[in-house]
This record gives sequence, C-alpha cells and structure tokens, in this order.
Amino acid sequence: MSELIRVENLHKIYHMGDVEVPALRGIDLAITRGEFVAVMGSSGSGKSTFMNILGCLDRPTQGKYLLEGDDVGSLSADEWAYIRNKRIGFVFQGFNLLSRTTALENVELPMMYNGFHGKERHQRAVEALNLVGLGQRLDHTPNRLSGGQQQRVAIARALVNRPSLILADEPTGNLDSTTSGEIMALFQKLNLEQGMTIILVTHEADIAVHAHRQILFKDGLVISDKNNKQAPETIKCSG
Amino acid sequence: MQWLMILRIALRALARNKLRAFLTMLGIIIGVGAVIAMVAIGEGAKSTIRAQIASLGTNVLVVLPGSNSQGGVRLGLGNVNTLVDADARAMVRELPSVSFASPVLRRPEQLVAGNLNWGTLAQGVAPEFQQIRDWQLADGRFLHEGDMESAAKVAVIGETVARQLFGNDNPIDAVIRIRNIPFRVVGVLSPKGQTGQGTDQDDTVMIPYTTMQKRLMRITWLQSIVVKAVNAERVQEAQEQITLLLRQRHRIGQDREDDFNVRNLSDIAEAAQTTARVMAVLLGSVASISLLVGGIGIMNIMLVSVTERTREIGIRMAVGARSRDIMLQFLVEAVVMAATGGLIGIILGIGSSEVLKEWAQWPTLISPAIVAIAFLFSGAVGVFFGFYPAKKAANLDPIEALRYE
Repeated sequence: MSELIRVENLHKIYHMGDVEVPALRGIDLAITRGEFVAVMGSSGSGKSTFMNILGCLDRPTQGKYLLEGDDVGSLSADEWAYIRNKRIGFVFQGFNLLSRTTALENVELPMMYNGFHGKERHQRAVEALNLVGLGQRLDHTPNRLSGGQQQRVAIARALVNRPSLILADEPTGNLDSTTSGEIMALFQKLNLEQGMTIILVTHEADIAVHAHRQILFKDGLVISDKNNKQAPETIKCSG
Repeated sequence: MQWLMILRIALRALARNKLRAFLTMLGIIIGVGAVIAMVAIGEGAKSTIRAQIASLGTNVLVVLPGSNSQGGVRLGLGNVNTLVDADARAMVRELPSVSFASPVLRRPEQLVAGNLNWGTLAQGVAPEFQQIRDWQLADGRFLHEGDMESAAKVAVIGETVARQLFGNDNPIDAVIRIRNIPFRVVGVLSPKGQTGQGTDQDDTVMIPYTTMQKRLMRITWLQSIVVKAVNAERVQEAQEQITLLLRQRHRIGQDREDDFNVRNLSDIAEAAQTTARVMAVLLGSVASISLLVGGIGIMNIMLVSVTERTREIGIRMAVGARSRDIMLQFLVEAVVMAATGGLIGIILGIGSSEVLKEWAQWPTLISPAIVAIAFLFSGAVGVFFGFYPAKKAANLDPIEALRYE
C-alpha cells in the first residue's frame, strides 16, 4: 500500500513570553493509506500539536511533513485551505457544527468552498448523511440532535469531499460509552468498507483498541508504536 | 465561492439577528433619508428661485439714465434725460448680441372703469416688451407698432387689474380712464404671480410708451430701456456693446463718466442661486455626517459579530475556507446591511419630502442623481466600515478560533 503521510524530524516549539516550550521534539512517522491509527498520550504529550500539523492548521518549527508525497510544510495559507478542503476531513471532540443550521447544510459547508453547485452539492451531502445513518434527519438543526447524532453529522461533513485522510480529535470525548461504541463502529466501517485512512487522537485505551495501530506520545516524542493484535475484524461492526 | 452563495450566507446571518440588524441599519436609514429629504428641500428652493427669476425675463438687461451732477450736487440715478427711444431702436439695429429692446416708463396711476376705481402701476412700453418678459396673453392682443406711432389710447391690463375693475366680466373693448383720458382695453395678460420681493406683477396696466410720454407724463425722454440678449452666454457681451453704443450716441468724451447705467438681472439670479446652492450643500453635509455615524454603527456591530462568531469562522477555515472567503462573507454582510439601510432610507427620504410638499407646501424636488449617489454612498460606507472587521475575521488563527468558547 502506498504511503500517505511521512513526517521526518518534526519539531514544534511554542513561545510563551520569553520561555520556549517544546511541544514536539523530533517525530519520525509514516502512515500508509488505509490505516486506522490511534494517537494516544496524556495531555501535554504533544499529540494535539501533532494533529494540528497533520491537519495543515499549524506549521512545524522544524522538520518535514509529506502528504501523499507533497511537502506541504512550505505551502501558502490558501494552499493549506485547499488541502484541508479536499484532502483532509476533521472530526472534533465538540462536534463543531454550525448552530441553527440544518444537518444537510452543515454537511454541504465544505463544498461551498470548492465550487460544487447546488444540485451536486445537495446530492453528495445526502449520500454522506445516508452513509452515517442520518438520512432521515436532513433538516434537523444540531440542537434537535443527540450528541451521537451530531458527531455523525460531523463525520458526514468530514467525508463529503472524499478526502484521503480523516483526522479525529477525541471524537468520543463528549459522548457516553454506548454512543462512543457506535461512533467507533462507524469509523471502523468507513475504514473497512471505504478504505478511509483514519487518525484518531484519544487518551482512552478502550477507544484506542478499535484501531489497527497505536502510537503513544509522551513529552513530545513517540515512545511506542505497535500494531494492535485485536484487529478490527475481531470487533463486531454494529454500524 | 459564488457570489450568490456569499449573499445567501450573509442574508441568513443577518436574519438570525433581525432586531440587531435593523438597529444597525437605522443609522444608515436615517442618514440616507436625511440626505434625500434635505437635498430635496434645497433643490426645491433652488428651482423656486430659478422660476421667480425666469418670470422676470431671462437674459434681461436694464438700461437706466445715469446720475447728474450739477455744481457739486450729485443727484440719484434716473435724473438725466438723455435716454431716448432712438437709443432702444439703435441697440436692436446695430448690436448682434441684442434681440429685443423696449423703452419703459413707469408711474402709479388711478384707473377708473364705470363706477369702480383702482390704483396701479402704469407702464409705457413697446411691443417688444412682451418678448423680453416672456409674457403670455390671457385674452385679446398686446400693443403693436401702430399703437406706438399714433400714440393710441389703448391698454393691456394685468390679471389683478382685470379682476379688480371688471370682476368676471370680459374687459376687452371696455373703456378705462387714466387721468380722465379714456383708454380702450385691447388685451389681458396671463398671471405671472409675485416677484421674489413680493410685488404683484399682475397689478399693472400697459400702454404705448409714446402715449405715456405725450399724454400722461409730457416728457420726451425715457425712464429706462429693458433689453434682451440673444442668449445667456452673450449677456455680458451685450452689456459691453450697449455701453459702447450709448457712449457714442450720447457723445460722451473719453474722460467723462457714463450718463447711463446698464444693470444685469442675471447677477441677481446668480446671487440667489448661490444662496440656494450654499443651503443645499449645508443641509447635505449635515446629513452626510449622520451617514458617517451610521457607518460607525455598522463597524461596531460587525466587530461584535466577528467576536461572537469566532468559532464559526474557525469551523469554516477548518473545512477549507480561505481568508478571502471569510473576508468576503463579513464584507458582504456589512454591505448588505448598509445597502438595505440605504434603500429604506431612500424610500423614507422620498416619502418625507412628499409629505413636506403635501402638508407644509414646501417646494421639494427629488433629484434622481442624489438618490443614486446616496445609494452608492451607503454601499461605500458598508465597504469602508465593514473592511476592518472583515479583515479581523479573515486573519484569525483557525486553531485559536476553534478553541474559542
């Protein structure tokens, strides 16, 4: 399988006044297309910084980031916006849906920034919502949806531009365990059936167990990177 | 991102906070409304003044006899008797810039018709007087050349005189007496209304200037000559040519003063117009200030809105909005508010100037140019005052914006 992500000697240093705070201290990683990776670590371990860099939201202080072979670290802000739009789908802990905006329109949002026209946009948004099992709730606004449903809308939004990569930052952090299971099952389904590459940040071991590969961060370094023997096939897919 | 979609996003964002959007627009509404109404009042005043001046006759010059000094005593204007009807005829004949000239003699007289009498201004004039003053007839005819030659005892009366002496009867061919001399009424002038100074122009009787000279005043000279220049551009030229001609005709030497005086009515017109223009500019600028205040209101609310919607901006950036897209979104929102306010303001301004016209009888005049300018200006206010908040939104860091609570 082809290589999707390669980072080499990735450093990130934040400046808090005069104090330099290193968040990443030299990360080398490669992620292959179709992988389901859990990035773990306690808060302050650098995993969020790592995700922000992978998501083209933040620049590394030093080091290289290749996405599908392209060195994206040196691109302009507008080119980053284009990559975020086309090649990356984000799922957040707090869902981050637009309030007072229907599920359908929330899913259409990324397509507003890449020139899709009304009909096609609508059609693709409906498809994405069907895929996450919310085909019946197209015109519900977030305040009329449960947390799990809101996260499904967010996943549909992440999928709708058919990205090569989904970055999920603590996607189950605001959900109860049953709903968390459902969301994780959905991710597994996307990974298995669509071959979607998923990188998931979590600090819960029982969430990370759904992934093929577990990477553990500590103090800005990768301290463990292992394949999960409990392969996704062994977990029952309820989605 | 397509324009239509940006517009839709902006409209929806505004619709979410209708009261706030309306209150923000109110500044622009009042500003534009005030500009439209104020300029309408100013323009109305200007056109009224213009009409009043036009009623005096356009491109008109008045030649008055000059002052005369005898033994160090300087008498006022009109005290020399050098101005004669031959001067008037010479002007028309010899000066290309002059189209008409008419002698004028004026004196208050008491008119008697039947058992009624009325004091009015008698004017001795030539047939050209009608063209010079652009004065239409309501009935009958004006004085003609034959009346001048024979010093005929005919009269053309103004509308006020006709009403006072004849009421609803037809005055044509009726006889009126001036100093016991019978005059036959041959025409009635159509009403011209008051002058800017409040003199009733229709309270007059016109008779041949020759009759006035011979039978009423027993003089051979003229009190004045009114002259019409060919067009407005040549008024100045006519003035200079008349001066030269009269100096020559009156044999005035190089070192001596004119024995006459040429007055230009367009000077008066210009002064009056300038006053009206100053007023319009003054009213307009006061109104523009309120438009400016409205713009600041928009900026204020847009800044609040950007802060409130930081998270939304972060989400949009995360899913692929470029800085430019965010900037446009907020800019369009500001412009939509300003332009909508502008439209409502235009309606309000036109409405209130119509109300003033209807109820207060103010002569307001809506100029389409001002309406267009006010609308464009309100749009420009939106761009100008929306720019900074939009720039601020566009420059947000997506990570910070997504974290914003």
